[in-house]
Amino acid sequence: MHRVLTNEQLSPNVYRLVVEAPRIAQIRKPGQFVIVHLGHGAERIPLTIADGDPEAGTISLVIQAVGKSTFDLVELQPGDVIAGIAGPLGKPTELPESGRVVCVGGGVGTAVILPIARELARRGVRVTSIIGGRSREWVILEDDLARCGEVVTCTDDGSYGRPGFVTEALKDTLEAGGIDEVFAVGPVPMMRAVVALTKPLDVPTTVSLNPIMVDGTGMCGGCRVTVDGVTRYACVDGPEFDGRKVDFDELADRLTTYRPFERAALERREACKVGLKTGERGGVAAPAAAGAAGGAR
Amino acid sequence: MTLEQEPPAPEPRPALTQKERMQLKRVDMPEQEPQIRAANFAEVNLGLTEQLALIEAERCLQCPKPYCIDGCPVRVNIPQFIRLLRDGDVKAAAASLLDDNALPCVTGRVCPQESQCEKVCLRAKTGKSVAIGHLERYVADWAMAHADELARSPAAQAGKSVAIVGSGPAGLTAAGELVKRGYDVTVFEAFHAAGGVLIYGIPEFRLPKDIVQAEVDRLVAQGVKIEADAIIGKTYTLPELRERFDAVFIAVGAGLPVFMNVPGENLKGVYSANEYLTRVNLMGAWDPEADTPLLHGQRVVVVGGGNVAMDAVRTARRLGAASATIVYRRSHDELPARAEEVHHAEQEGVIFEFLVAPTEVLGDENRWVTGIRCIRMALGEPDDSGRRRPEPIEGSEFEMPCDMLVVAIGTRSNPLLTQTAPDLEINKWGYIVTDEHGMTSMPGVFAGGDIVRGAATVILAMGDGKKSAESINAYLTGNWPPAVVEPEPAHAAKPAAHERPPRPAAAGVAG
Repeated sequence: MHRVLTNEQLSPNVYRLVVEAPRIAQIRKPGQFVIVHLGHGAERIPLTIADGDPEAGTISLVIQAVGKSTFDLVELQPGDVIAGIAGPLGKPTELPESGRVVCVGGGVGTAVILPIARELARRGVRVTSIIGGRSREWVILEDDLARCGEVVTCTDDGSYGRPGFVTEALKDTLEAGGIDEVFAVGPVPMMRAVVALTKPLDVPTTVSLNPIMVDGTGMCGGCRVTVDGVTRYACVDGPEFDGRKVDFDELADRLTTYRPFERAALERREACKVGLKTGERGGVAAPAAAGAAGGAR
Repeated sequence: MTLEQEPPAPEPRPALTQKERMQLKRVDMPEQEPQIRAANFAEVNLGLTEQLALIEAERCLQCPKPYCIDGCPVRVNIPQFIRLLRDGDVKAAAASLLDDNALPCVTGRVCPQESQCEKVCLRAKTGKSVAIGHLERYVADWAMAHADELARSPAAQAGKSVAIVGSGPAGLTAAGELVKRGYDVTVFEAFHAAGGVLIYGIPEFRLPKDIVQAEVDRLVAQGVKIEADAIIGKTYTLPELRERFDAVFIAVGAGLPVFMNVPGENLKGVYSANEYLTRVNLMGAWDPEADTPLLHGQRVVVVGGGNVAMDAVRTARRLGAASATIVYRRSHDELPARAEEVHHAEQEGVIFEFLVAPTEVLGDENRWVTGIRCIRMALGEPDDSGRRRPEPIEGSEFEMPCDMLVVAIGTRSNPLLTQTAPDLEINKWGYIVTDEHGMTSMPGVFAGGDIVRGAATVILAMGDGKKSAESINAYLTGNWPPAVVEPEPAHAAKPAAHERPPRPAAAGVAG
């Protein structure tokens, strides 16, 4: 059992939960994830570990509420418990010891970038973070990333920071030269667009993938992705891969497998809520732009 | 069903002569009607009535040299529990059975008895064997319903601890054997619930989940601790466990799915059997309101011929598939599945396409599966496994439409644990190497089940669990190496699991 200590809303549909998980807090490394299981009948949800405090025995999970299960999670209040958290899963990020790195985060993917940027900064690598959102309220973790180095914040509508997509800011940064490596995490179209920029320049680019997953230990094969023409399992071979070799079309397509089911589950949940507890917890936003990031991470 | 034919059970019953016993016909297991059960998840086999069980028990000849015990991987004293049952002492029969077998409710349902105990039953030489599996289930279910009467007082504490990695049939069996001997046993399970393949793999209609839970609860009541959500190789490493515990038993199974390696396998609508069955069984996705989603195919094809393939195809049928087809590259005679599963699948309207192998998965413009391209096969000369090798017939390609495809051609070893244990010797397939006592290259670390032998059956894994528990006991009591491996040398020795090379992964289930 894992107690929820805090739940903080970061954007209209993104929340940061700090939960008890002493063992995972002790040994987790940047890039790794956990599988969260709320309780009997619940789905198993893969979530990147955004942060951890080995002394307090806690980890933070940044969750975008896009489907029934993630809405259930972000409604947890301090004192509530999560039945199971399994991990840390996946391979840790392979990080350089020196040089200059750009970290690109889109939407909730920014939370995956944070532990990477933090570890890079600790190693003395010069980090530039480029993060974005639709508008100001959708930008998350800017202050946390600012502690790791320079941050370029972009909004699609120009309401904050640099107007336009993160890829436009990345293009300028790459053109200025001197970039040794790029880490990019966000919606599939964003990662694909990042790779379209870095590949011609031969800049190593690591992406973190969030395909459909059940167990997280390699046993279901649901998370298979094609990398360099070979089928790999994101849960055990990844979740990070060389972005220049990932078949993003296939990944984006496989993420749509359960779309009708997800819509129906959400509708059932909303109907249930309207019937049972009208007006409670007004802080939860409507399911904004369904599937903005493709999945929970 | 034979309910009408059975004579009333005489009371008191005079002892039958051997000749009279020989005249008794084997009773049939009452089952749900095929048309009804093909649309529900309730158990197919209903279990013997008391009357049927007593009649069947009379059929056992109580051989002085019982071959059935040799045929059983966990060496259940079969004549003894049958005799106790026959004599009207079902409680003693249950106690006897539980002494030998930690999970009798499971084995009474899923063991391939026809190729084990019942195969060597003396009565099989001249007719039908004693229905040992049905009797085991009857006694085991009685034991479960009367758990209070059979409660054991906790064993004297041995003062030593054992970690068991994996809560499948091998792990649970070892846990039961070791806790009985007073060891402090902790079972580590990667999933959120214990049972391994018994809960994620084998469907409800063959092995109800509350039965598995009851078996697990019985072990917990005896003192076994279960730590869920703990992945050895990730949450803890094997060397860490070895530090914390006096001995370790690795029973993680062969967890990775094998795919066919043909074009189109990543199309939407293509599942590994592991994923499909896990969604349905462990995650409860047979219920349309469950949180875990599931595709419901109308025309489902399952590739493979093992028990897992039968489970998948019969599940698809129950979830509304208008057609559910097994595609198998050999013929009916080579099907590795239990005979009863094949028979049940046939009764439930499953279509069998024999001597057919897929060469490509076909999809539409939205990348949903629409069918498979196949080639017909002919059986050639026997291969290493002794079965005739299927060979493609040139020019025989054809297409078979489907909207869901389940690949059930076997599993292979999962490297998660072994990657973090550099001192643990593995073979070229990634399976753990053990000596004749089940010990690995790391002193005090034992292994058994599919991670040693390659994909096999529940009962073989349980046999390994039992044997390893005996080895661990010998190791922890300073009787190492144990002098005698086989407990009763009078019986013909059977090849130990560890002496046989594990079958190559892909051949595991589908062959």
